[in-house]
Amino acid sequence: MSGCHSKQCGLGSDDLSFLPEDIRRKVENHPCYSQEAHHFYARMHVAVAPACNIQCNYCNRKYDCANESRPGVVSELLTPEEAAKKVLAVAMEIPQLTVVGIAGPGDPLANPERTFRTFELIKEKAPDIKLCLSTNGLVLDKYINKIKDLEIDHVTITINAVSVDTASKIYPWIFYNHRRYRDKEAAKILLEKQYEGLQACVENGILVKVNTVFVPEINGEEIPELSKKVRSMGAFLHNIMPYVEGEGTAFSKAGIRPPTPQELKEMQEKCEGNMNLMRHCRQCRADAIGLLGEDRGQEFTKDKLSKININYDPNWRKQIHEEIEKEREKLRKARELLFGETENEGPKVLVAVASKGNMLVNEHFGTAKEFLIYEVSAKGAKFIHHRKVTPYCHGSISCLEGENILEDTIAKLSDCKAIIAAKIGFEPRDVLKQRNIDCVDEFAYLSIDEALARYYKKYVLKEEVPVGTNGG
Amino acid sequence: MPYSIKKDLCISCYACEDQCPTKAISHNEEGEFFIDPTVCVECEGFYEEPQCLAICPIDGCIVKLSEVEEV
Ligand code: SF4
Ligand code: SF4
Ligand code: SF4
Repeated sequence: MSGCHSKQCGLGSDDLSFLPEDIRRKVENHPCYSQEAHHFYARMHVAVAPACNIQCNYCNRKYDCANESRPGVVSELLTPEEAAKKVLAVAMEIPQLTVVGIAGPGDPLANPERTFRTFELIKEKAPDIKLCLSTNGLVLDKYINKIKDLEIDHVTITINAVSVDTASKIYPWIFYNHRRYRDKEAAKILLEKQYEGLQACVENGILVKVNTVFVPEINGEEIPELSKKVRSMGAFLHNIMPYVEGEGTAFSKAGIRPPTPQELKEMQEKCEGNMNLMRHCRQCRADAIGLLGEDRGQEFTKDKLSKININYDPNWRKQIHEEIEKEREKLRKARELLFGETENEGPKVLVAVASKGNMLVNEHFGTAKEFLIYEVSAKGAKFIHHRKVTPYCHGSISCLEGENILEDTIAKLSDCKAIIAAKIGFEPRDVLKQRNIDCVDEFAYLSIDEALARYYKKYVLKEEVPVGTNGG
Repeated sequence: MPYSIKKDLCISCYACEDQCPTKAISHNEEGEFFIDPTVCVECEGFYEEPQCLAICPIDGCIVKLSEVEEV
């Protein structure tokens, strides 16, 4: 018997299975913490916190906090009342919504009144929604009791350094205790406060995820140490995010480069250890709404919200969540049948999958906005990360442009052995074949697990696979 | 000499308004921020540094009123 107990075994299996029961319960429906959950549940951020108390060199403060959002994004600022209304409206329109976070557009804790008022209103009207908060950590320990009282049980702290030297290359100044501190002095205080904040959360039973912005030339060398440190202090997830260039930031002006996908993958692997790394983080827009890469934010603007009436119905939401859980259970069982029980691991291959959610192969190659990359062997499949692409076929784009986009997509997937999608057109199929990438659309609408297992058996191991489905 | 906000540089982040000990700072519906020169005391008697200046993320956005008037 070679039953696999590794958290990496089993495709998309909840990689949180090694956690104690109580913690797991807190995170299993949380799309940002549980890799599996993020196929089924949605989260949203509300932009109520415009002020910030530090300066990061990769941030252009004209836009949303770069720790939590893609560069260049401007969220529509809401009052706490508007934000609470938006949450209720979204929760009734997208019942998969389980988590609401405040992450900006500045630092939530630099806006304590707006931030906590928003959480209070949501908690009062929709107690079934989980609350989370992202912060640079400067004043986290100061608000720990408030965070506890409001039962905010997930906090994300962005920590980018271990040494003051490195931190001072990232943060030119902070505003603390009514003073502006600069350079090393600022870096020293900020680091101390970040680690104290982390400790305070852990001591109070609040789950902490640490985000680190990976800037190869700046903090690349100390990230493995940082990862070890936050893990030993009790952070339960460490999310290494690539630095993304943003217009007008100090780093952009200085020509600091982002990591290559390869560098990022290597860094994530180096830091993996026993720690659960969040490979599925998409650096979502701070005000994005929806499942997976989807963004329905435009449906819930201030304007549209002011015109609607909301009847919040927690029971209806509960029913829907129960159905989702049944579906998840089915998929979990199917997964156990598909992989496993083999001595021979077989070659490891990377496979790109197009999915719109619910853990199904349900997106076309040409309309996919992102691909989920899995590393597959005979023992199972491990989710690696997403790669964003520009959908090459949307009606309005001219063919020429379409071709360039196709080239770009293929370049991004060039290390994959196969692409599995619900449909792949003739044109990309030809190009992909020339590059030796298998085009597989015969597993359309199966679960991702099953499609990967079947692909692997049929095309990599070249085994006969009986027809008939196990999952989905 | 009180402080003033340069409208064209301000990104409407509220930080200064939140910090001002005399409530000299306010904003209108369009998100434009103003310092009332009759209320601003340069934080004297409150803090060592003008709070608005110390937290404003945009260099040169908050300046002495005289600098604005000269231009
Ligand atoms: S904490 Fe966020 S908003 Fe503040 S400077 Fe850093 S990236 Fe920008
Ligand atoms: S200098 Fe002080 S008193 Fe004057 S506007 Fe700025 S924060 Fe307010
Ligand atoms: S802190 Fe600066 S940028 Fe922010 S609102 Fe005040 S003047 Fe404008």
